[in-house]
Amino acid sequence: MTPPSRSAIAGGVLFAMLVVLPQLPLAEWGIPANLLTELLILSILALGLNVILGTTGLLHLGIAAFYGIGCCITGILTTSIFPFQTNFLVAMMVSAFGTALVGLILGAPVLRLRGDYLALVTLGFGQIVITVLLEFENITGGKKTLQGLFPPLLPFVSEGTMGRRGDWQTFPHFYYLCLGLLAIVYLGLGNLERSRLGRGLVAVREDELAAGAMGLNPARLKLSALAIGAGVAGLAGSLFAMHNTNTTEPQNSFNFNWSIIILAAIILGGLSSRAGVLWGVVLLMGFDKIASRIIDDSLQAAAADGNTAFRLSNWRLMIFGLVLIGMMRFRPNGLLPERRGTSK
Amino acid sequence: MQPILADGNGGALFWELLVNGLVMGSLFALIALGYSLVYGIIELVNFAHGDLFMLGAAMTYTLTALAVSWFGTVTPGGMSFAIVLGLLLIVPFFCGGANILIDRAVYRPLRRAPRLVPLVSALGVSFVLVNIGQLWIGTSPLSLENKAQLVSDDSLIQMGEVPLKWKDAVVLITVVPVMVGLTWLVKFTRLGKAMRATAQNLVAAQLMGIGVERVIASTFFVGGYLAGLAAVVYTLKIGRIEYQMGFQNGLYAFTAAVVGGIGNIPGAVLGGLLLGFIYSFGGGYSQGNWVDALIFGVLIVLLIFRPTGLLGSRSREKV
Repeated sequence: MTPPSRSAIAGGVLFAMLVVLPQLPLAEWGIPANLLTELLILSILALGLNVILGTTGLLHLGIAAFYGIGCCITGILTTSIFPFQTNFLVAMMVSAFGTALVGLILGAPVLRLRGDYLALVTLGFGQIVITVLLEFENITGGKKTLQGLFPPLLPFVSEGTMGRRGDWQTFPHFYYLCLGLLAIVYLGLGNLERSRLGRGLVAVREDELAAGAMGLNPARLKLSALAIGAGVAGLAGSLFAMHNTNTTEPQNSFNFNWSIIILAAIILGGLSSRAGVLWGVVLLMGFDKIASRIIDDSLQAAAADGNTAFRLSNWRLMIFGLVLIGMMRFRPNGLLPERRGTSK
Repeated sequence: MQPILADGNGGALFWELLVNGLVMGSLFALIALGYSLVYGIIELVNFAHGDLFMLGAAMTYTLTALAVSWFGTVTPGGMSFAIVLGLLLIVPFFCGGANILIDRAVYRPLRRAPRLVPLVSALGVSFVLVNIGQLWIGTSPLSLENKAQLVSDDSLIQMGEVPLKWKDAVVLITVVPVMVGLTWLVKFTRLGKAMRATAQNLVAAQLMGIGVERVIASTFFVGGYLAGLAAVVYTLKIGRIEYQMGFQNGLYAFTAAVVGGIGNIPGAVLGGLLLGFIYSFGGGYSQGNWVDALIFGVLIVLLIFRPTGLLGSRSREKV
């Protein structure tokens, strides 16, 4: 038996931590439990982007749009305004597949474009999606959002309707649901990477012309990557809708900044190494959402009452930016780089 | 973005939108040139460029506020003219200098790295600059006109029913000579020749004894200078600044550069004007917030049929 690889250990340690985490006395430490669930959802989103950016090497700057689309589909399917009113399981699957379909539709026309142009088009697409989500108010709720999403978890169960959160949507339950889905996505994408398709994606990343010359179809491979990544992002969006019990305002939750923050997390952890991606999200988002609050509170208490320069939350974009710049300069392969069979 | 129009009858509305499109287009073109010049020379999409423009606008605001605190109330006339001139002199140098510093500190160590590496660094720089802007001018929009009315609201000339306002005229009066100057710089000076040589083949230019790093630094300076200029006239025309304005305008300008054919100077101007007209007419005739979707829709359609932009040349892919 071969000894487990470094990234397998890193992934295992992280999952063990995440299983134990809700059992700790978080409230005493001032950590809001909801943020932990959000951390898991963002991890799923990052794994989705990683298929496109890490495995296939396409610079995609609009992943937040797919997150938003997934969120919206789930909202439409589970709100009490529309006649669908499905359970969560169905809504989640429809969201994932629907978003993957959108990814496919976007992907088809832009396949001819190379690196920088693809980046711009995905960025522009993100802006279009935000406009559409905002303007079609009758369907998406627009700025007012679709409120009160309390579907039952499974078919043939009636729970959580009548405008009340079902048990499964409350903290430790929903957290473990997200963790389970994260584990499924994590392992599933691991299998994907070892499959024929996954190796094709890596070949396209390493050298598209050579991959084409070896008889692979780069266009079809890139399209698959865009669709899979979008589908996983849609799944994350669906969970996000359930987490908030509404579809949040598109211009705040699904904008360009979010796409870049997720990108930063992936790059921090290590492009295309799944364990690295998870660590990247946990470190960056954990810092942003949890640690910076605690530091802020103590800073404000200790020294600078109301002095905005001493509030870490005012420096968050700077910190993300410096992480990106520093990583690119000193460790462009991330903290936990993917291990390659042979050196280039 | 600000609403463009008062209601008017159809014909006058059309001309008003046309003038507005021309003005916004020349602004987009100025910013687009910064993207295009840098891309032409080191193939880097400088995502931070729009935010440099935003810092230029912040500088414009701060300097104006400073002038007001020195001279008291400023109304259109001799004093405001002097202030505008001063702004046009100082702010572009500030932006140009900042751009050189950014290049020196961030991009230069990455010249030999794979393409994705400097690109991601540029995204990082963009975040840093936005944060600086946020700490500098705060999160809520600031109105320059509350500080000082530097350019009068009156019309310069009246063409039939359509006025050409001073605010629009200032933009055109500044932009046109700068475009001419830039063309002269690139076509007829030694530096311009060195820039063209470096853009064509960096290694060969180096072997011919061109100080490539100096040329790249100059390119960053010129790009930043143009962004600073755009920031001043933009602030004078629109009168409102906020720390997020760099993203939106930078995105439009980058789109303009790509539409025209990135790396191509006349292309950037053409793309800028085209985008200005789409922006103006789209905003004028459509209900709601569809301008963004319209612009990027045009971009996607154009890239499908002409992936190198309107004036870009097709380059064969090398192995």
